[in-house]
Amino acid sequence: MSNIIDKIFANSTKFIAFGILLLVAWIFTVLFEHSLESIEAFGFNFITEDKWAPNLEKFGALPAIYGSVISTFLAMVLAVPLAIGVAIFLSEIAHAKLKAPVGVSIELLAAIPSVIYGMWGLFYFVPIVRDIFGGIGISMLTAGIVLSIMILPFMAAVTRDAMNTTPDILKESAYALGGTKWDVVKDIIIPYAKAGIIGSFILALGRAIGETMAVTFVMGNVHKISTDLTEPATSIPVTLANEFAEADSGLYYSSLFELSLLLLVISFTIISIAKFYFLRRKRIGQ
Amino acid sequence: MTHTQKRIIINNIVMALSTLSAVIGISFLIWILSVLVINGIDALSMTIFANEGAPPGNEDGGLKHALIGQLILVTYATLFGVPLGVLAGTYLSEYGQKAKLAETIRDVSDIMMSAPSIVIGAFVYAIVVAPTGHFSGWAGSIALTIIMLPIVLRTTDDMLQLVPSTLREAAFALGAPKYKVITQVVYRGAKAGILTGILLAVARVAGETAPLLFTSFNDNFLNTDMSQPMASLTVTMYNYATSPYEDWQKLGWAAAFILSMFILTLNIIGRLFLLKRKGK
Repeated sequence: MSNIIDKIFANSTKFIAFGILLLVAWIFTVLFEHSLESIEAFGFNFITEDKWAPNLEKFGALPAIYGSVISTFLAMVLAVPLAIGVAIFLSEIAHAKLKAPVGVSIELLAAIPSVIYGMWGLFYFVPIVRDIFGGIGISMLTAGIVLSIMILPFMAAVTRDAMNTTPDILKESAYALGGTKWDVVKDIIIPYAKAGIIGSFILALGRAIGETMAVTFVMGNVHKISTDLTEPATSIPVTLANEFAEADSGLYYSSLFELSLLLLVISFTIISIAKFYFLRRKRIGQ
Repeated sequence: MTHTQKRIIINNIVMALSTLSAVIGISFLIWILSVLVINGIDALSMTIFANEGAPPGNEDGGLKHALIGQLILVTYATLFGVPLGVLAGTYLSEYGQKAKLAETIRDVSDIMMSAPSIVIGAFVYAIVVAPTGHFSGWAGSIALTIIMLPIVLRTTDDMLQLVPSTLREAAFALGAPKYKVITQVVYRGAKAGILTGILLAVARVAGETAPLLFTSFNDNFLNTDMSQPMASLTVTMYNYATSPYEDWQKLGWAAAFILSMFILTLNIIGRLFLLKRKGK
């Protein structure tokens, strides 16, 4: 009897676990199927065409792709140095009594939903950008800054974790030779934890590019490519968030599904690079 | 200037910059939190919990519909996501172990955890909302379940692996079949860890907005029928905050405050669980 139960239990866990793979395959298939109409209508032009005009049934994703790339790039440029600074502070500078509370609060801030960062950005940051840089405040620049603040806690926490993997004995040896803290950081910690640190940045990049709510509030959803960062813009997730519930034709829907598929492929690629190339999974117990 | 002096000066500059960036980062975050607390407490009142949404300009609008809707959506997602995630995690740790299939499932779940949640919304729109013809609470819960699954799965996997294999061997030696060893020995040993994982997963999906925008959509009134569009705190917050009406924006802040406190509390409880376990 217990032999049968044993088999049932083992197989149902296996079945459910395998279901995750099926689910992911299903997501890709469904998104692809729903994109077909748009793929047939526009082909490769979908990603090179800069005109997005639902009323004319013309859909070009270039402004959204451009917006995703630039806003994420801005966010990374602003967040990476800050994250490195915070991580060095937490792993080498902060007094033991300060390490835990500051570290934990940064981790807790990483748990705050992105919609809150977006709301804060809309009410408190948009006016500041408007006053300093001109324009209406709803802009690519604002989106990049809000995004950088949103990913900072996550990035700082994982960078610190990567730096903390450096064995104390290596650091102590360097200090014993008379190294300053900076010498230890630059010659011991960074070389030792390089792969982990870069992996953390790429992982944060993968998250930032798919982030919706933090930027939807402050970007404006304007399908126009402008080199002026204080102009309103759009990104792939912002377009989806603003237009999905309102699309009114098959081709319009299909184009939005193609955008979703594009976003999923981009983030899967970026996250896979981070995971497989830089962050080899550390098995617990090893 | 000697070489040593130069090194000390460079060190001091870099350390000052690091401390400065920590101060900058943390002050931004304190700014956001204090804005949240000040506006949230200012907007909180009993009417918020007692009343449903009201047209703008109406003083006695509340968030009851969004609070209850959110609770229903997250509860269903938890009911679906937790058992499935725990069982799948059990397979990885207890049966699959280092097998290729198990490793692939781990990798794919890791990627899924960081995948954009709005895409999950689009997927659920295609498989639930489009065929049924309307937005529904079910669609929202399914989207949240998909987001929750990989998180529960991976924490269960990790936590079960922490259980010492001597415990399993002892149970096997007493003649227990494997399912009994797992359900009565391994699960018990990993209880605190799995619970923490579940709490963090609930906290994570409770803050999700993007996958709900076009699945459960929104409703300005109380609805407990899962086959109809359903309000959630996050989508309500988004709609109210982007509206031009001041009283709606105020309600948006109240929703933001309630949601953040809920999520922070879950996170803190989860951490305490883990600390307690470590202290043993």
